[in-house]
Amino acid sequence: MRESCLHMSDGRALASIARCAAARFGRTPPVTNARRSRVWLFNERGDRVGVIVSAGVQPQFGPGAPTLYLERRPRRTRRVRVASPARAAFGLLAALTGLAAAAAAQSPEDRGLAIALEAERRDSGFNDFTAELTMILRNRHGQESTREIRIRTLEVPEDGDKSLIIFDRPRDVKGTALLTYGHRVGADDQWLYLPALRRVKRIASGNKSGPFMGSEFAYEDISSQEVEKYTYRYLREELLDSVRTYVVERYPVDRNSGYTREVVWYDCTEFRVLKIEYYDRKTELLKTLAVNGYRQYLGRFWRAGEMHMVNHQTGKSTTLLFSEYRFRTGLGARDFDRNSLRRVR
Amino acid sequence: MTRQCLRILSPVVAVAVIVVAPAAGQVSGRATVESRVFPRSPLLDTQHRSDLSLILEPELYLELARGRHSFLFEPFLRLDLRDGRRTHWDVRALAWRMTARSWELQLGIRKVFWGVVESQHLVDIVNQTDLVENPDGEDKLGQLMVYVALIRSWGTVEFYLLPWFRERTFPGAEGRLRFPLPVATDSAAYQSGARRRHVDWAVRWSHTIGAWDLGLAHFSGTSREPRLVPGKDRSGSAVLIPHYDLIHQTSLDALWTKGGWVWKLEAMTRSGQGSRFAAFTGGFEYTLFGVLGTGADLGILAEYSHDTRGVEATTPFNDDLFLGGRLVLNDVQSSDILVGAMIDRNTRATLLLLEASRRLSDGWTLAVEARAFAGVGGSDFLAGLRKDHYLQIQVAWHF
Repeated sequence: MRESCLHMSDGRALASIARCAAARFGRTPPVTNARRSRVWLFNERGDRVGVIVSAGVQPQFGPGAPTLYLERRPRRTRRVRVASPARAAFGLLAALTGLAAAAAAQSPEDRGLAIALEAERRDSGFNDFTAELTMILRNRHGQESTREIRIRTLEVPEDGDKSLIIFDRPRDVKGTALLTYGHRVGADDQWLYLPALRRVKRIASGNKSGPFMGSEFAYEDISSQEVEKYTYRYLREELLDSVRTYVVERYPVDRNSGYTREVVWYDCTEFRVLKIEYYDRKTELLKTLAVNGYRQYLGRFWRAGEMHMVNHQTGKSTTLLFSEYRFRTGLGARDFDRNSLRRVR
Repeated sequence: MTRQCLRILSPVVAVAVIVVAPAAGQVSGRATVESRVFPRSPLLDTQHRSDLSLILEPELYLELARGRHSFLFEPFLRLDLRDGRRTHWDVRALAWRMTARSWELQLGIRKVFWGVVESQHLVDIVNQTDLVENPDGEDKLGQLMVYVALIRSWGTVEFYLLPWFRERTFPGAEGRLRFPLPVATDSAAYQSGARRRHVDWAVRWSHTIGAWDLGLAHFSGTSREPRLVPGKDRSGSAVLIPHYDLIHQTSLDALWTKGGWVWKLEAMTRSGQGSRFAAFTGGFEYTLFGVLGTGADLGILAEYSHDTRGVEATTPFNDDLFLGGRLVLNDVQSSDILVGAMIDRNTRATLLLLEASRRLSDGWTLAVEARAFAGVGGSDFLAGLRKDHYLQIQVAWHF
């Protein structure tokens, strides 16, 4: 294996691979479509120390032709005992064999997943960000009403992101806050803070398809978009407003989702989502999301300036205007606990 | 609020306003006009068929050092047309907060809510109920406290030191939704010689473990819930004298959610008010998301309340079933409606309720509330309310 076919976030590819492989390899998780191409690595004590993601061969991804990602450095590098050389060699061999098999398969499912993983990889490492958001709701007669909210997001490397949404307008909901713990697998946890009663209220975890603040965005549209929440199928390459895009179909894993499938357009160069079509439970086209005004932050992370969601069945639409993006603001887990809900203003 | 309390608070409030107001804190709040109509003629001839109130609830909030320090001031004023006791003011909050990575400290007057169930608030004990506001007991008086929270990986532990007791408010002679005899709030009896200066304390552990939210708490001090003992006031008329006992109360609140289900339980045991007793309320809310082919959610609620004291209980919910439905339209106006019935399994006395609210425009909201009492006998706990069906309309301006 040559180093050129590895893409590593920390640049110490072979050393890390060998170290991880030296730790006991095996115990693959239940095979789901979404996770089929992930290989978890465990150490002697059974702690999960890393994951190898095979993304298949995608020459279109540009230079580097990533075949393998080691997403997470071993947490307990110093404490992981290196096993016997024979075991290490076996582990490495097994890992590489598995990856080769995954790469060879190249089904539309693998390819779709690979694109989603690449999009996720490119957006990982932001740590935290905050933004302000104006939401403009329009009914079919063109009447508008406006909401203002602030969002704070904390990246959680091993799981879904944590997010806090604070309502500023309309004024009757000022001080209301929604705390969400996203999870890669299983339902998200959500709490709503009602300032009048000083009450923190847990929300039913099946609350996914409901409209967010009366808008055309459902809770699941605005929640943390983890790769594991869908299974994928690559459809085609297509020009969207003269931008080269990959078109990928994805299917929500959660039965509480309001959609049977979504069609997502990623641009080929930066893997940003440009457009999503949502199909309802009757498999009819329900909504279309258009995302514009991307800007890059910290030289790496792309964030949208504008999102426009149209509901084709009701004629209503919602526009989200984002501003004041700030990254790595020093937010920590403590700013996303239940006590923090009572503090937000 | 008593005069003594007023004397202590006035300078504090004045200083707070003078210091903080020019520092460009956030000022917000609401002003509400409330109207109540009682369709049935009153039980007592001192009472009226209607009521009108104006409520002011401004809020001043100031943050310093990137939110590590914050200050909150929330006065409250109600002017009521009919009931002199309902015309009252309070400081709902006047507190300084310091927040650190693993702890939090608050000094001053605050409101705290504990609990998970809908039909009553069994374990919520830190603040006194402001009963003149609403018979549901959800409105609370501000409580002076020293509050420390320790945030650990195994949960949050909160300590409350509560140095000043607040007496429960009760409607006056002209007010409706009250006991047949007026409560003599000016001649309350205390078990503690320190009366309202008795220092109460509470400690609470709470944690989220996956789909579970758990809370375990202990309170020691003056009961927020008085025993009402028939007696005579200074002029010799029959009244109810509130007796505030010293109690110990240990409580549990738990919530579990999966899919559309939220299961809830509140349980407590109390000693010091007669012999030790226990009470619990448990049940579920099941939500059907996206009903009627729209974005509306329909929640079905069922809760059961039990109190081991039976008919001797100081609350009406000793063996009661609550059934209700909540429709949340998820529309632009945030319309929602809750209807429910609390049924006493022994006497069949039933309390029917309806609560609905809707945004009228940015800054204006409308809330409608109705309660009716069916099959309440003359000897029932709620006998005084048996003719007090009412419809309440609130129009609020949020600023």
